[in-house]
Amino acid sequence: MEKIVDLVIKTVQEVGYDQENQALIEANKDTLLFGENLDSMGIVFLVTDLESKISEKLNIDITLADERAMSQKTSPFRSIKTLAKYVQTLIDEEQAS
Amino acid sequence: MNSKKSYIITGTRKGLGKQLADYYLAQGHKVAGCSRGVSTIQHANYMHFELDVADEKAVIFMVRSVRKAFGIIDFLLNNAGIAAMNHILTTPYKNARMVFDTNFFGTFLFIREVSKVMVKQKLGSIVNYTTVAVPLDLEGEAVYAASKAAIESLTRISAKELGQFGIRVNAVGPTPVKTDLIRNVPETKLQKLLNQQALQRFGEFDDVVNVIDFYNSEKSNFITGQTLYLGGVVK
Repeated sequence: MEKIVDLVIKTVQEVGYDQENQALIEANKDTLLFGENLDSMGIVFLVTDLESKISEKLNIDITLADERAMSQKTSPFRSIKTLAKYVQTLIDEEQAS
Repeated sequence: MNSKKSYIITGTRKGLGKQLADYYLAQGHKVAGCSRGVSTIQHANYMHFELDVADEKAVIFMVRSVRKAFGIIDFLLNNAGIAAMNHILTTPYKNARMVFDTNFFGTFLFIREVSKVMVKQKLGSIVNYTTVAVPLDLEGEAVYAASKAAIESLTRISAKELGQFGIRVNAVGPTPVKTDLIRNVPETKLQKLLNQQALQRFGEFDDVVNVIDFYNSEKSNFITGQTLYLGGVVK
């Protein structure tokens, strides 16, 4: 799980540099994302980068913006913590299938 | 700028898709293609994926594999398509779903996944396929034309959403071209269709590739969200 949290933080920081957003550049696991530091386009960039990193580094293809993510009461894109947890769930499911 | 480009072309086993792949390979470009069956193209610059274009996981795997292999994806040609000529009263639901799966959802999935790569490149051109059956409202083609009308809408809106990332999305609407797609259509029906065109002949491969190359030309960098019908068919 720590590995995934680090990967999410690193990706968020990169998006932060692109968007010149200091809160994202200094991101930690409690940093809020959607609705606070990222708008919907920011989420698009984050999702794209993160999917691609997971594919490259872990050799696992997942789709973060799936119907489950869109229908959850608390969006997985709310914070780094919720996002990392969601990523881990998808990876676990992918590995189990 | 590198004059050798990278293409993803769907539906490359036969028909226009195969001809397009052969054409771009002959020009020295790299091509990744797919079909439900085995490859019919043997070329050092060609990668083939056996998949159903409506299989999300398979499409994601293909696009990521192509990006790793080619490094860049310049062009996407959403060529894969199936036709279903039938009266609405005798069209099985399963067939209607199949047509939408391949034509619309396949196009959607490839646009979504390839655009993720193109967003980072800040460059790319996507060409979707529609048909003259849409503007002509051809009887017997309700489901097929509806699936292509959905693609036209998808083309216009994705062009708006992706324009800011340097990605252009356009559509070509061929008249009947003599491929497997129309092999079961009676001659009289085809003639009736040709009669509705300003230029009354079958389309040729060169007619289609001309539009694709026009859209993909660097000089066309101010053109997006457009649908161009061949044969002088107007809406």
